[in-house]
Amino acid sequence: MFFRLVWGGIARRRWRALLTLFTMLLGVSLATAILNVMLDVGDKFNRELRTYGANLRVVPRSAAFLADFYGLEEGEGVTDKYLREDELPRLKTIFWAYNIVDFAPLLTTPVVLEGVDQPVTAVGTWFNQTLSLPTGDTVTTGVQGLKSWWSLKGAWPGEAASDPAGVALGESLARRLRLSPGESLVLTGQDGVRRTLPVTGVFLAGGREDGQIYVPLALAQAMAGKTGLVEEVEVSALTTPENDLARRAAQSPASLSAKEWETWYCTAYISSIAYQIEEVLTDARAKPVLAVAEAEGKILGKVELLLTLLAILALVASALALANLVTAGVMERRVEIGILKAIGAGDLGVISLVVAEVLLAGGVGGGLGYLLGIGLSDLIGQSVFGASISPHPAVIPLVLVLVFLVSVVGTLPAIRLLLRLNPREVLHGR
Amino acid sequence: MAILELQSVSMDYGGVKALSEVNLTVAPGEWLAIMGPSGSGKTTLMNIIGCLDQATSGRVFLDAEEISQLSRRQLTAIRRDRIGLIFQQFHLVSHLTALENVMLAQYYHSLPDQDEAMAALERVGLGGRYRHLPGQLSGGEQQRVCIARALINCPDLILADEPTGNLDQANEEIVLAILRQLHQAGGTIVMVTHALEVGQEANRIIQLEHGRVTEGKRHRHHT
Repeated sequence: MFFRLVWGGIARRRWRALLTLFTMLLGVSLATAILNVMLDVGDKFNRELRTYGANLRVVPRSAAFLADFYGLEEGEGVTDKYLREDELPRLKTIFWAYNIVDFAPLLTTPVVLEGVDQPVTAVGTWFNQTLSLPTGDTVTTGVQGLKSWWSLKGAWPGEAASDPAGVALGESLARRLRLSPGESLVLTGQDGVRRTLPVTGVFLAGGREDGQIYVPLALAQAMAGKTGLVEEVEVSALTTPENDLARRAAQSPASLSAKEWETWYCTAYISSIAYQIEEVLTDARAKPVLAVAEAEGKILGKVELLLTLLAILALVASALALANLVTAGVMERRVEIGILKAIGAGDLGVISLVVAEVLLAGGVGGGLGYLLGIGLSDLIGQSVFGASISPHPAVIPLVLVLVFLVSVVGTLPAIRLLLRLNPREVLHGR
Repeated sequence: MAILELQSVSMDYGGVKALSEVNLTVAPGEWLAIMGPSGSGKTTLMNIIGCLDQATSGRVFLDAEEISQLSRRQLTAIRRDRIGLIFQQFHLVSHLTALENVMLAQYYHSLPDQDEAMAALERVGLGGRYRHLPGQLSGGEQQRVCIARALINCPDLILADEPTGNLDQANEEIVLAILRQLHQAGGTIVMVTHALEVGQEANRIIQLEHGRVTEGKRHRHHT
């Protein structure tokens, strides 16, 4: 009988039920889309930010110590420590290997260019290097991915040391030398060998790199006489915004309790990724570029707050619209409700009737809204991040709770009206 | 012992006296007609007896139990369990069939019983129209569904507010015949009417004027 009453009420006022359904559909679809985006935005946003460069620098431990405490850099006669190139594939074997998006080793060496008085810095690096990992997998990494925002005219040089395919010039250096891609330059390295190399590309980085030459790492090692060695590695990693635990761990992992240490180690904080990098590379110090990491965390926090506010606003708007609809519906049905009260329906009986009607129409609207929201979040993902946003399982219980809450909150004014409704007045038309 | 007793019942609507010191006793099995011109307080009196309203002062007893001080929830329970209401406007739920309208009273009372509800419809001559919605029934038929609904839970008291007020002569006769039958079976009926020929069906008529009982007379007894 209860279901018959509920269904009869809905069927008799189809338009009102459809409006309720539509209101809920709109609110829930927006909330679902926003929640899905919010739960995924960390990864997406991080991935997006990762296209703007490294957030970790890996340097030899002693070099880092001297640089940190005395401001001394290599070449000032204090340290000549290096990292080993053959160990670099290990970066992709750490616990958070999949969060290491790109990395590139750097080795600088001064070179003399023909027709130029001052020596110029040549930077040896990987451009698009395919590595075989100890796990048997392969991975491609290098400047091409790490510095994807650099504007390149031409192409990056090849990688083979025996057959170097050329060099890439920074834009200001290329302008000074009046060189374009396809032309050649003559340079002499510290090994004293004079090499004629083709210019494969000219890049604009917007920094000091614009005055440098980028060459394959093997060539730089040969010119510097440092075979198999690199000065530093720039790493771009997807990270979780730092919190107190991460900050304490960054100061001293040993200060954490066993449980805290496990939580920290198994969370993609920049400090835990740095720690894990130090574990796999010999005598290395991984230093977070803190300004970048903190700015990312702050921006992400603000974006998430904005999305939360938007989701709340969407739901409040839905609840208000629903409140109007349900209240108007109760006003329309006051005689019917008066009859029910007159023949013995208690307050709970009529309230449950109205709430059930709203929950039914709202539930269907909420279900459809959830599906629409998934599509909407994917559309947002494609248009904003260029990648799809998959439905997050945690959104389902959240949406269920939200549908219930919006339905109940939206029904509150109508419930107040129901409680005040006196059958004597409606049955006698007063 | 009286099934219904009113002692000095008054009703005041913001300074307007709708009822003034009404005393009334209804014996079990009695059929009482309350008559009077518009605005005399008939409906107010019915609302108080039917637990739809509470008197400003005075006491009301239903089967010796005082109901004038009960809470809203308790009054709802009395309406549900002990009173059958028949309205001039029928007041059926428009999206429920005749049968479902009768079962609705069972649902709020205890448990819906389709066979019992069907039997109630048959008693008022609507066994063949149980599937019809109120909109598909004539006024007389709707009133009979309303009567079936009022009787389904075997109430102590039937309150009929102008039960034939919206009916033609033929349907009026059918409804009165049902009430007569109910009275003969021992039912207690309190009926408001402005039509003398309808009022004369009752055992006793009381006249209300300006909220006061001005006249009470014994009429005939149905045996």
